[in-house]
Amino acid sequence: MNDIPQSHRKRILRQALSIAVAIMPFGVAFGIAAREAGLNIYEAMGFSSLVFTGSAQFAAVSVLSDGGSAVTAVLAGALLNLRSLAFGVALAPVLKGSRRFRAFAAQVMIDEAAAVAMAQEEPADRRFGYLAGGLAVFVLWNLSTAAGVLFLGAMDGIVLQAGIDATIPAAFLALLWPRLADARQRTIALGGAVVALATVPVLPPGLPIIAAGLAVALARRRSVQ
Amino acid sequence: MSRAWLTILLLAAATYALKSFGPIVLGGDRSLPPRLTRLADELPAPLLAALVAISSFTGETGWTLDARAIGLGAAAIALWRKLPFVAVVIVAAGATAFVRAM
Repeated sequence: MNDIPQSHRKRILRQALSIAVAIMPFGVAFGIAAREAGLNIYEAMGFSSLVFTGSAQFAAVSVLSDGGSAVTAVLAGALLNLRSLAFGVALAPVLKGSRRFRAFAAQVMIDEAAAVAMAQEEPADRRFGYLAGGLAVFVLWNLSTAAGVLFLGAMDGIVLQAGIDATIPAAFLALLWPRLADARQRTIALGGAVVALATVPVLPPGLPIIAAGLAVALARRRSVQ
Repeated sequence: MSRAWLTILLLAAATYALKSFGPIVLGGDRSLPPRLTRLADELPAPLLAALVAISSFTGETGWTLDARAIGLGAAAIALWRKLPFVAVVIVAAGATAFVRAM
């Protein structure tokens, strides 16, 4: 990683930290949800460290708290996480290395790590961005989960009042922004957003993001033929 | 084993399988087929845009239009004015909070 200019490294670390701080309220919210579902601190932390996928964790805990079975909870959570397959395909070229490295890197294949990575141009920057984003979110997500379980509530109200729920879309937009300078990328991005929103009413949560990726793959195949 | 731990272990295994497919199966030291490389190049834009759209305009009940849309608009203006990343995020939160307080 010595081939990354200092200025790039600084910018990437800033992005990684900003997005990790932005997800903290959701980590606290998860801790509160886990506690309300009757989970103890170890179980809540088990979710945040071993599962480590926000949307899947929320889905599984809400199934558990409704009295659903473990199998239903797992299916709900896994379905939501299908998109990490698409992120993995997009990032595979920059995540080369020993089997051990790849096995470790895979655990932080989450929206935020993928977004920080995909926002970079150079392969080395992407790799660095992926690891920085993934690790920063991993640490702060787990700390905020613990805070949610141990200290408590009234947090939901603050999240809405302070507009904290708007920080995640803003962070994703900031990561997408540089690509929008290019007309072709702009078209592809717009297409992706439209397909994702259009499929929201008909697909289970999580799948519209894959639909956006698939649509681009299909459109490209057609244009090649 | 408690129902919670059973869920955690099974779900961790399932999500890890999904997370690791790219890096483990495709990310070996052999190079990807050119077709897949080109696809990997073009996936970021639609995936990032989909994340923006879904996190801005959907809620628990599907499509949702609320103060987050204002936050997103404010973020776009901040980006256009070339504000740094952290400032963009703060502007978005501030604009959303302002609309909610009105």
